Amino acid sequence: MQDLISIFVKSIFIDNMIFAYFLGMCSYLAVSKTVKTSVGLGIAVVFVLGITVPVNYLLNEYLLGAGALSWLGPDFADVDLNFLTFIVFIAVIASMVQLVEMIIEKYSPALNYSLGIFLPLIAVNCAILGGALFMQEREYQSVAEATAFGVGSGIGWLLAIVGIAAIREKMRYSNVPAPLKGLGITFIITGLMGIAFMMFMGIKI
Amino acid sequence: MSVEAKEREPLFSSKNKKLLSSPLNRENPITMQVLGICSALAVTAKLEPAFVMAISVTFVTAMGNVVISSLRKTIPPRIRIIVQLVVIAALVIVVDQFLKAFAYNVSKQLSVFVGLIITNCIIMGRFEAFAMANKPWPSFLDGLGNGLGYGMILIIVGFFRELFGSGTLWGYPVMEQLGLYKIGYANNGMMILPPMALILVGVIIWIQRSRYRELIENK
Repeated sequence: MQDLISIFVKSIFIDNMIFAYFLGMCSYLAVSKTVKTSVGLGIAVVFVLGITVPVNYLLNEYLLGAGALSWLGPDFADVDLNFLTFIVFIAVIASMVQLVEMIIEKYSPALNYSLGIFLPLIAVNCAILGGALFMQEREYQSVAEATAFGVGSGIGWLLAIVGIAAIREKMRYSNVPAPLKGLGITFIITGLMGIAFMMFMGIKI
Repeated sequence: MSVEAKEREPLFSSKNKKLLSSPLNRENPITMQVLGICSALAVTAKLEPAFVMAISVTFVTAMGNVVISSLRKTIPPRIRIIVQLVVIAALVIVVDQFLKAFAYNVSKQLSVFVGLIITNCIIMGRFEAFAMANKPWPSFLDGLGNGLGYGMILIIVGFFRELFGSGTLWGYPVMEQLGLYKIGYANNGMMILPPMALILVGVIIWIQRSRYRELIENK
């Protein structure tokens, strides 16, 4: 249990998707103009990461890794399908996003209304594929650990996008040098927020 | 015969040259269109991985543009995203296997970021905006130009971060050779850390927009 909590907290603060690895920067920059929309996108990311990371974990464990096919019989024990990783992961993500969208549409029209346009965008959000690839690289031991990592990174991403959106809303009233307006200042502020987040690095959990 | 000859453009007509050069300058995919930052910045702490990343992305964009543009009449519009993703993923697998075979150390350094070329928005963006509507050769040039424009920013950022962060360039100890350590120069450890990459890109955007005043955003 302690392991799970430590993975969870670590993936929110220390290995924050945006400030430590720059994943999902595209939608982070494009959608962070107002707090309301950024909360919607952030929740959608938490949702999709929480589902796709465990699913990809199972696929990696029982289909792709070296010797993962041994449950089919001894003939398959030394089959290594690792080179297919990218194509399988991205297909899983694209179809999962589609599936989640359909389920939400059917059972929760209110949630669908608020997430609406963001869900399809998420299929090409680097944070999702990045989450799956980090999960593979860091070799988590169980589905529970993979889920904790997925949800944690999602929440870290949510935290970052809501933070920048709030700052950008306030910044409308400040006097930014003209060539730096818009994109430039957003980059620099993200850098400064990243420096602030780096203080978590010293913490050992 | 003569009609055909008239319709044919020379391979490097001024229009085609512009396709290649404008992404390097005004229409830079990173600073203007805000595409492809995701997998870009984490690899720029040193010059070498930045360079390899730039070449890989250029390869995938250019080849992917050619493939999509040759298939553009046969791809059903409804499922085009999936088709595009499969093409990109296949090309990225080629790059990944190639790097693992011939440049293993760099491939280890880049770790998951080779895979993340798949979700690099530049590639999808170019497929949607250009390759779906143009012939293979202009698409190839467009892909090449955008890949190079992206690579240019990576290499500039990588150059400054390695030079001031570790005092080396491509592993060669520049600052030591210049004898700067003896007179009390110290490396700026901050440059190696992730946030500095963002601030450097911010500064590049600042410089570009002060040069071309018409690019300034009003909001």
